[in-house]
Amino acid sequence: MNNGFGKKIRNFIFDNTVPLMFVLICAVCIPLSGFSFSYLLNEIVTRMGRNIFLILCLLIPIMAGMGLNFGMTLGAMAGEIALILVSDWQIWGIPGVVLAMILSIPISVLLGYFCGKILNMAKGREMITSYIISFFMNGIYQLIVLYMMGPIIPIKHSSIKLPRGYGIRNTVSLLNMRQCLDNLLAVRIGGVKIPVLTFMIIGVLCLFIIWFRKTKLGQDMRAVGQDMNVARDAGIQVERTRIISMIMSTVLAGFGMVIYLQNMGNIATYSSHSQIGMFCIAALLVGGASVDKASIGNVFLGVILFHTMFIVAPKAGAQITGDSMIGEYFRVFVSYGVITVSLIMYETKKRKNKSLVGQQLAQAQKEEAKAHE
Amino acid sequence: MIMGTSSTPLLEMRNIKKDFFGNQVLTDINFTLGEGEVLGLCGENGAGKSTLMKILFGMDVIRETGGFEGEILLEGKPVSFSTPLEALSAGIGMVHQEFSLIPGFTATENILLNREPKKRNIVSEVFGDRLNTLDYNEMTGRAEAAIDKMGFQIDKGMLISEMPVGHKQFTEIARELSKENLKLLILDEPTAVLTEKEAEALLNSIRSMSEKGIAVIFITHRLQEILSVCDRVIVMRDGFVVSDVPAKETDVSQISRKMVGRSIDSTANSEVRDLSSAKTVMSIRNLWVDMPGETVRNVSLDIKEGEILGIGGLAGQGKLGIPNGIMGLYDAGGEVTLDGVSIPLNSPRKCLDASLAFVSEDRRGVGLLLDETLEWNVAFPAMQVQNKFLKNYLGGLIKWRDERAIHEVTDRYISELAIKCTGSKQKARELSGGNQQKVCLAKAFALEPKFLFVSEPTRGIDIGAKKLVLDALKKFNRESGVTVVMISSELEELRQICDRIAIVSGGRIAGILPAAEASEEFGMLMISMVK
Repeated sequence: MNNGFGKKIRNFIFDNTVPLMFVLICAVCIPLSGFSFSYLLNEIVTRMGRNIFLILCLLIPIMAGMGLNFGMTLGAMAGEIALILVSDWQIWGIPGVVLAMILSIPISVLLGYFCGKILNMAKGREMITSYIISFFMNGIYQLIVLYMMGPIIPIKHSSIKLPRGYGIRNTVSLLNMRQCLDNLLAVRIGGVKIPVLTFMIIGVLCLFIIWFRKTKLGQDMRAVGQDMNVARDAGIQVERTRIISMIMSTVLAGFGMVIYLQNMGNIATYSSHSQIGMFCIAALLVGGASVDKASIGNVFLGVILFHTMFIVAPKAGAQITGDSMIGEYFRVFVSYGVITVSLIMYETKKRKNKSLVGQQLAQAQKEEAKAHE
Repeated sequence: MIMGTSSTPLLEMRNIKKDFFGNQVLTDINFTLGEGEVLGLCGENGAGKSTLMKILFGMDVIRETGGFEGEILLEGKPVSFSTPLEALSAGIGMVHQEFSLIPGFTATENILLNREPKKRNIVSEVFGDRLNTLDYNEMTGRAEAAIDKMGFQIDKGMLISEMPVGHKQFTEIARELSKENLKLLILDEPTAVLTEKEAEALLNSIRSMSEKGIAVIFITHRLQEILSVCDRVIVMRDGFVVSDVPAKETDVSQISRKMVGRSIDSTANSEVRDLSSAKTVMSIRNLWVDMPGETVRNVSLDIKEGEILGIGGLAGQGKLGIPNGIMGLYDAGGEVTLDGVSIPLNSPRKCLDASLAFVSEDRRGVGLLLDETLEWNVAFPAMQVQNKFLKNYLGGLIKWRDERAIHEVTDRYISELAIKCTGSKQKARELSGGNQQKVCLAKAFALEPKFLFVSEPTRGIDIGAKKLVLDALKKFNRESGVTVVMISSELEELRQICDRIAIVSGGRIAGILPAAEASEEFGMLMISMVK
């Protein structure tokens, strides 16, 4: 029995290498950074409210077997465009946030549909394709924001326009809607501010995802995700289902971006979206998700671990090396590192399962030889 | 025509004909099937069983290759299914050889895949039916009913990925049975993956389906099963129905004779040599190969110098696994020695260095560089492996291709093998299948190996080309003294050129016979250990 228990532990470690690694890193860095517990808690709670919605949008394409959706950047762009328009129209506070979300829907649907169509042509290479699509769309986004906003899409307010008369400034201030969701119904417990409304919205989304898995569409997505051919033979419209999953993910990413930016209080027009996909995916992977499997639990654990590291690493780095830039370097390095490690481990596991069949054959042969003797 | 349900057969196929690009695979197939009747369908690979079922089932591949001739009548009415889904809704169910199950779903979810009972809710009222939630209680009930109907208990809550392979098969059958309008069930080699006990249970459930009025077409290589459960047996060979008799009036040896057929000595090798005294050039001991669909188990085999050894057997029994495993293309284990020197497995390069060559059955995937010229195709492996066709400069530091030598050798093979092409600079993709196959052979010949594996060299090529390919192999063997191991599903062509033929069944060698032996002997070996 002892042997079985040891094996279980080994399997547990093997299956959860990435989260365990991060628990270790955090355990080392937290004391080194010297931050107080309440400061850390405060920061983590803020970042949870800011990021979780965005990361949850990744779950749906994973369910549909389309891997990690680097194309969520498209949704983020939709959210940004919506927020730029809303802030130009001077609609602030909660109404502004709600209007921005509504405005982002048609843009997200369009982009999601486009992305889904292309990914249907690139089955089996969804991740790299969506990654490249997001670069391509970044170009279109810049064209719209830099050249079309002003002459074609009317922008009245000079505070967000570039001095030359068209195009949007590098940063658009959202001061008047800053943390309006977070502050409404906010509760302070022992010095930690809890943005109850934001958490409620996240809770609703979680419930939606759980409920969605039980719907016909959710069931179809899971079927398509595991075996497209079998699903098609059973009469499920595979391509359509995949496109729907992409659209849903993009729309949710748009909402997530609005929530993220209202918390930040300003839009970095040309860079807010550019790394959001990568950071969200890294956070999800840190939570123990893989290319073909992710749960809500992975999202929460991932956000907590990943952002704890984000908060403490620069300070800890500065303590050790005396250079605070090392922390910033560390963030980016770790994000890419985590994604790479997860992808490698996903492949290793697949290979390992494959070689298992061979081992079984060899074993059966040995037993046969014994039986003959 | 006499009206009335009792006299109208459930299914009637009339004068079914099908060709794949001029290659006739089905000729004038006629048969009828009554309600609740169990029909056994047998025949060698390539006899046309699967094509016939694909036609009945309306599979895409039939339409894409130009449709078929003839008529299908279901309950007296002509039908023509353009997709499998239409066949399904007309009450025809099919259990395929490959599993069509979602691994991460439970048996229940798979049984009711895309036919789940649903509950309406507010969201679905707005956004459409696909947002209805699944009714899990109803699902369990229906799955249970289907499993009861089948008469073999499987755990309906178990994930497919955790099931023993036999239970997966039963899950598929339960899925078909859960369709209420099921009238005809096609079982394509369902017992291939079952243990003896499970196979017995399956036969019982076929009997109980038949009692409930469901007709069954049962395709299998296990003839004993056909005799014990079927009302009627149809034997197909080369696209013809060669026998259609009640099961009571036939027996295993008669069926197997009909399956391999042909008058016995007409095509056999006229110069079978007895090389049992020659030295053993390759010795294979306890070889296993994990090639999907062609698993090899515990194969030991001695190959004599200078002989042509045939390896035959039914598809999926492991004959292709042997060369692919030895050449290192699939995960393998065991011992292989060539001339007393051990050959490391799982390392293609080492095999080539040991002067082994392999003409793969997958000529488009493994065999050819489709977008390169014939010259490149013929010379490339020899250049890579043996540094042939290279001119050395600066003491071998710089190697240039010897275009002239390449051209010469390619031209020689083009004329020797009668490769139809516009010249040695033509692209391999532009050649017909038969000529591509000849290029593959030329490529292997150019390596001048000591030992050659040839896998399915005549698959998909016409009779004229077949003869040329076989003759070229024989000539190569006789003139250069190369030992050849040829793997083929066509027994007759093995008998034409081989000295001995080993039959693989259930992943093992079922027996080795001289090629002059009667074909029914081989037929019996083929089905002896079918798994």
